[in-house]
Amino acid sequence: MMADTPIPTTKEAGLLGCRYCTRVWPSGTKTCGCCGSKLVSRDLQSLQKVWAWWLVALICYVPANLYPMLRTSTLGSVSQDTIVGGAITLAEHGSYFVAGVILLASVVIPILKFLAIAYLAISVARPSTAREGTRHMLFELVEYIGRWSMIDVFVVAILSSLVHLGNFASVEPGPASLTFALTVVFTMISAQSFDSRLIWDQQEFEKDTDRAH
Amino acid sequence: MSHHPEAFSPDATDLASLVACPSCDALYRMPRIAAGEDAVCQRCHRVIAAPRHRAGMQIISLAAASLVLLAATLFFPFLKISAAGVHNATSVLDVVLAFTSDELAILVLFTTACILAIPALRMGLLLYVLVPLVFDHPPSARARPAFLLSERLKPWSMAEIFALGCAVALIKVRDLAEVEFGPAFWMFAGLVFLVLQVQRNLCSRSVWDALEAATPDAPPTAATQEHLT
Ligand SMILES: [Zn+2]
Ligand SMILES: [Zn+2]
Repeated sequence: MMADTPIPTTKEAGLLGCRYCTRVWPSGTKTCGCCGSKLVSRDLQSLQKVWAWWLVALICYVPANLYPMLRTSTLGSVSQDTIVGGAITLAEHGSYFVAGVILLASVVIPILKFLAIAYLAISVARPSTAREGTRHMLFELVEYIGRWSMIDVFVVAILSSLVHLGNFASVEPGPASLTFALTVVFTMISAQSFDSRLIWDQQEFEKDTDRAH
Repeated sequence: MSHHPEAFSPDATDLASLVACPSCDALYRMPRIAAGEDAVCQRCHRVIAAPRHRAGMQIISLAAASLVLLAATLFFPFLKISAAGVHNATSVLDVVLAFTSDELAILVLFTTACILAIPALRMGLLLYVLVPLVFDHPPSARARPAFLLSERLKPWSMAEIFALGCAVALIKVRDLAEVEFGPAFWMFAGLVFLVLQVQRNLCSRSVWDALEAATPDAPPTAATQEHLT
């Protein structure tokens, strides 16, 4: 499937590629003459940014799970639901599918995202045996799916504005809605800070060592 | 049909004919591709260019229609709820204002941005950049930063996630009360569809090419200035 001859990279050719408009410039060029973005051959500070946002996101994820997402009052009785508690309530009422969606978007995806970003950041910092194509697919998956975790925050917003039925029922947002929204935002920024070109640099490193032997 | 761009040979000097994969940095000579075809990176399979036939005109009409729908959505009821004789209707504006209560006010800003402001801003920016290009006028002032901003805002436009959130919210209160969709919900669903269509037609490499063709980059040299005067 792959071409037999290795594909040269912009870096190997002594050039700079723009990550926003795909234009190629001579090395040493500071800003892209087409779209005006800053040009960097490899964003070496990107890993520090990735880890910094990753850590902040993780710190926000703890209260997001401990505090209630929603405060529901029905006929005088008040119930508070955390993310996992809300999914369990849904399942008890027989809505297994929606409970699954919520668990997937608010628990499984965020945790997998934390693990995937950490794995990618570690894998480019040292020699890795995992295939570049596989790691690249993992990165694209993280970037694509991460936004969907926002769904639970929107559900809280919709319910809190909709369910105002006097004494009968009302819903208010809980503190976890803020910390969970922040978790999603910070993991998105963490993934966006990652320079995916670093994944492919190891292939070149291996090629170089092959040549040396 | 998809093409793999031809691998770059190092003796070439014309940088304008080259293209770098933004995801993996592979260097290619830009292939000649027809409308409807895709140029795909051999190494990481990222789509580098995907020009579409009459895309400019289509994006303009889709973006304009989505702005109209977005404005209409604000004022009509979005969801209606009734239980035990009490009724309530909520509009999109009510939804984003749901967080006003206390320290959660920052969520108001964020929700408004993701479901209303950023989708609207992106569609507006695309109109601002594309209308002059499609109708053969000189590009708008600062058209390039405007298009770059629109590209960078893409992941933060979350209208489609909000639409799915509505479905989940409906099922959550099903046991508690009767809920029905108002007219604004269907407008919002239409909006989501239009924004996805814009995305399908938009090839950013083609827009950058058109912007470069419309505004030659190099400031006029002494020789060309002589011709002008
Ligand atoms: Zn550029
Ligand atoms: Zn690539």
